[in-house]
Amino acid sequence: MKTSYYRRIERFKDTCIRGILFSSALCSILITAAIVFVLFYESIPFFKSVSFKQFLFDKQWTPLFSDAHYGILPLICGTFLTTLIALILAIPLGTIMAIYLSEYASHKFRETLKPLLELLSAVPTVIYGYFALLFVTPLLQTILPSLSGFNVLGAGLTMGIMIIPYVSSLSEDAMHAVPMPLREGSYAMGATHFQTAIRVVIPAAFSGITSSYILAISRAIGETMVVAIAAGMQPNLTLNPLEPAQTLTAYIVQVSLGDLPHGTLGYQTIFVCGLTLFFITLCFNIVGHSLRKKFREVY
Amino acid sequence: MVTTFKAQVQNLHFYYGTVEALKNISISIQEKKVTAMIGPSGCGKTTLLRCFNRMHDLYPGNRYEGEITLYPEGKNILDPKVDPIELRMRIGMVFQKPNPFPKSIYENVAYGLRVRGITQKSIIGEKVEESLRYAALWDEVKDRLYHLASNLSGGQQQRLCIARTLAIDPEIILFDEPTSALDPTATQKIEELMETLKEKYTIITVTHNMQQAARVSDYTAFFYLGELIEFDKTENIFTNPKVKKTEEYITGRFG
Repeated sequence: MKTSYYRRIERFKDTCIRGILFSSALCSILITAAIVFVLFYESIPFFKSVSFKQFLFDKQWTPLFSDAHYGILPLICGTFLTTLIALILAIPLGTIMAIYLSEYASHKFRETLKPLLELLSAVPTVIYGYFALLFVTPLLQTILPSLSGFNVLGAGLTMGIMIIPYVSSLSEDAMHAVPMPLREGSYAMGATHFQTAIRVVIPAAFSGITSSYILAISRAIGETMVVAIAAGMQPNLTLNPLEPAQTLTAYIVQVSLGDLPHGTLGYQTIFVCGLTLFFITLCFNIVGHSLRKKFREVY
Repeated sequence: MVTTFKAQVQNLHFYYGTVEALKNISISIQEKKVTAMIGPSGCGKTTLLRCFNRMHDLYPGNRYEGEITLYPEGKNILDPKVDPIELRMRIGMVFQKPNPFPKSIYENVAYGLRVRGITQKSIIGEKVEESLRYAALWDEVKDRLYHLASNLSGGQQQRLCIARTLAIDPEIILFDEPTSALDPTATQKIEELMETLKEKYTIITVTHNMQQAARVSDYTAFFYLGELIEFDKTENIFTNPKVKKTEEYITGRFG
């Protein structure tokens, strides 16, 4: 009798715990759904007054001017340009660091350097913003005298430095998790250290490495402070990194700080930009997910 | 029957840090024969096997003392001046758990050629087929050479690892308990394979399974606590061991 009573209590606990876990999981889904709902809800009136065609193909974004244009392209262009520059710096450097830390560095060195690297991402982004504006840009100006004070290049490079730890740390984790017998198999075939790292460890860790890239991309697209401070606040349809430009996020900051009345078209642009941003990151996550699935290496 | 030495271990001591894992081992490996190393866990048999391709060099703090002479040229391969990468190009190894690379079946076998800088497709293709045939795997995989190796069964994976080693024409193949992760049918296939392999290659195998040692090997070495207790023709070891410890082990009284 005693045992069955005990068992009943345990069963009850199990049900409760399952319920708690389920509702926590549900919460995160509901919050995401609520955010998406608000973005859509506030964007719909915008698209009632601005055609979709104008939104996608107009070459100017001047919603707050008397001659208002609502072409999202300049902001998307600014976003992609800063992201691209950041990735050109962060992906090769981060990957090389990861290879070094995982395959070459001694255990002690690795354990010291990794937390230090991760500290890079603990620095508040506003500090990176001023670092870009007051250090990186002047430094670049010594090489490129024509560079304007606010520019995409300085902001992009600084953002690149900021996201290096995402790439290096997560890629390193993935490489380090590759089992030793796999490496030994390669060495036993007469492969060198470098051949083993490139031909065996990286393919084996590919899905983790891709995840780190995707995270870095999402982080760069969503980054706000650095670009708001250092890239200038001018929507600018250009591929020239030496010019100032504005990203989707920087625009949101600019408008949110202003005193636009609720319900105006200008106010709604905030949500439209948010929605666009959401779609871009969603696309990258889907691409990343399918890449991971496709190249998932079993070892 | 004329036999020649392929390798000779002389007064070998091996240290993991300060722990002496092998104590004064001397043993001769005959060419194109199967030499089995048996003994209870921790007796040093795998440690000795991994000395032959200097696998211990991968980890810090390991130290060799003594000599392993590789014939025909008679060079001591433990000499620090000998490049372990060059050495491993001549001595293949098959591991305890099948460890195919996360690549296609074809690329797994081609791996050794690729790391040697061979790029001609015709040479690689020929060698891949030859090796897979020799490892008795060709018929099972010829229609899916470009599929991931990880989709193969455990036994097939292990034969793939053997094929991968054969592709580089090794002089010696080291087997580190190659069947301990396999079922009896797969084990039998590997054992049959070892039988054919010794026509061309010198084989050293470590095994926990004494029946296996008795079945596949020509010579057997019995190790205990880092020492070589007895080394003789396999039939002598199993029918008429000279040392009491050997007899106790093979009759299952300990280990």
